[in-house]
Amino acid sequence: MIRIENLTKKYNRTEALKGVSLDVPAGELFAYLGPNGSGKTTTIKILTGLAVPTSGEAWLHGYHVGRQSIEAKRQCGVVPQNINLDQELSVYENLDLHGKLFQMSKRERAGKIAELLEYTDATDRQDSPVKHLSGGLRRRIMIARALMHSPKILFLDEPTAGLDPAIRRRIWSLVKKIQQGGATIFLTTHYIEEAEFLADRVAFLDEGKIVALDTPQTLMERLGAWALDRIENGAMQTRYFRDRDEANRHIGGHDESFSVRRVNLEDVFISFTGKKVQP
Amino acid sequence: MSGMLAIYYREILILRKKLFRQLASMSVSPLLYLVAFGLGMGRDVRVGGHAYLEFLIPGLVAMSSMVQAFAIASEINIARFYWHIFEEFQAAPIRNIAYVTGEVLAGVTRALISTAIILIIGLFSGVTLAYNFHFWLAVLLNSFLFASLAVGLAMLVKSHSDQALLSNFFITPMAFLGGTFFPVDKMPDWARTLLHFLPLTHASSAIRAAAFDEPVDPFSYLLLAGLGVALFVLAFQCVNRARE
Repeated sequence: MIRIENLTKKYNRTEALKGVSLDVPAGELFAYLGPNGSGKTTTIKILTGLAVPTSGEAWLHGYHVGRQSIEAKRQCGVVPQNINLDQELSVYENLDLHGKLFQMSKRERAGKIAELLEYTDATDRQDSPVKHLSGGLRRRIMIARALMHSPKILFLDEPTAGLDPAIRRRIWSLVKKIQQGGATIFLTTHYIEEAEFLADRVAFLDEGKIVALDTPQTLMERLGAWALDRIENGAMQTRYFRDRDEANRHIGGHDESFSVRRVNLEDVFISFTGKKVQP
Repeated sequence: MSGMLAIYYREILILRKKLFRQLASMSVSPLLYLVAFGLGMGRDVRVGGHAYLEFLIPGLVAMSSMVQAFAIASEINIARFYWHIFEEFQAAPIRNIAYVTGEVLAGVTRALISTAIILIIGLFSGVTLAYNFHFWLAVLLNSFLFASLAVGLAMLVKSHSDQALLSNFFITPMAFLGGTFFPVDKMPDWARTLLHFLPLTHASSAIRAAAFDEPVDPFSYLLLAGLGVALFVLAFQCVNRARE
């Protein structure tokens, strides 16, 4: 469904992507994780036709993103990191314009808008100018807009950035619902728990390269099931254990204070790169 | 075709949302020039056998259609740099030619509205001219040329302030020197030669001749059309360059 082969991108002397390759099968929710500046947005920009790769190739649903760009674009919906709704226009007008850009008939547009506003719980705001909407609602409208033309692939670039936890969870439910509807979802985020909750598989991107790629469970199991944190010389030290008993036995032999918790994806990322995912 | 119409629809929707503000803004400058130069200074002046006000109105049409067609660049840049709407267009399955055509058409529409405003103001000032086919052809070619230039430059600039700089260096001098307020033929030889390189000089001359029901120099039409097509092609190339 999404196929990337050895993708590179250079901005002047900066190498944003250094040979990324991956395959995302149909219907999968794939999370692409990494700190700010790791190349997540650049990958999405190349896949959606906003940027041209320096080398490498990519296909969306079998269509080459460079040579068959119009067909490739028809396959995907994009929710970019920045709010890019037309602030002067109403919710309805924004969705309608998107439908026009994707050559939908007037009847198709009207039907789909009604369906999506209900889907995103925004029917009562259809005539509101976008500039009067809250951040969470704008995000939902952006998702609705990306779904207007019933894309097979949905790109979500940091869809919950800057939103409060309650609204973030509401967006997660919406994303799950979209996946259950059959869409392939390519999600970038630096909220580790978002990927853990939503993703079928995750890839960790660091300095333009994929450093790990697997299901969240498999990646976490590589480290162990439990993590034990302690502060040593002013820095957090973490050790991983197969089970809680093993972790407890380790604590028994030491005097310092420890914190025991389940291993999460952030542990995986730190173990691969020595960095935190969050900026 | 449908992609081009979608782009045009968006620009017209934005224009409609701000219609009163836009109409007021389009009217202010021509009104000021008309009062200052036409009614104030030029009441008793005659140019080439015509009252100065009659001479001024076609010049203002040329200037205003140029300024308003070029103003589409500001709309594009606001959409591009502040609202990131250009990304939505780039991610849509439309060809760059459709994008450029939609934006150029929107620029031409703005220019035609501003022309209508000046003609109405002229009518209230008691000026009646010949608004025939040749007049509208010259207005259309002038608008097309500057809207194409605007779309191309809007794709090349890196920030909104760069756009303002371009307007100050190209559009403002042309507005004053392109035969809008005075006959270029009265200038010294060297200045006249220089001013004939400005497309607005040819637009003013064609629009004025048509408005006076006099024969229009076909070279003016050819130059406006040729340059317009060249700038349109350039704008198309520039959209590709705007991608990262």
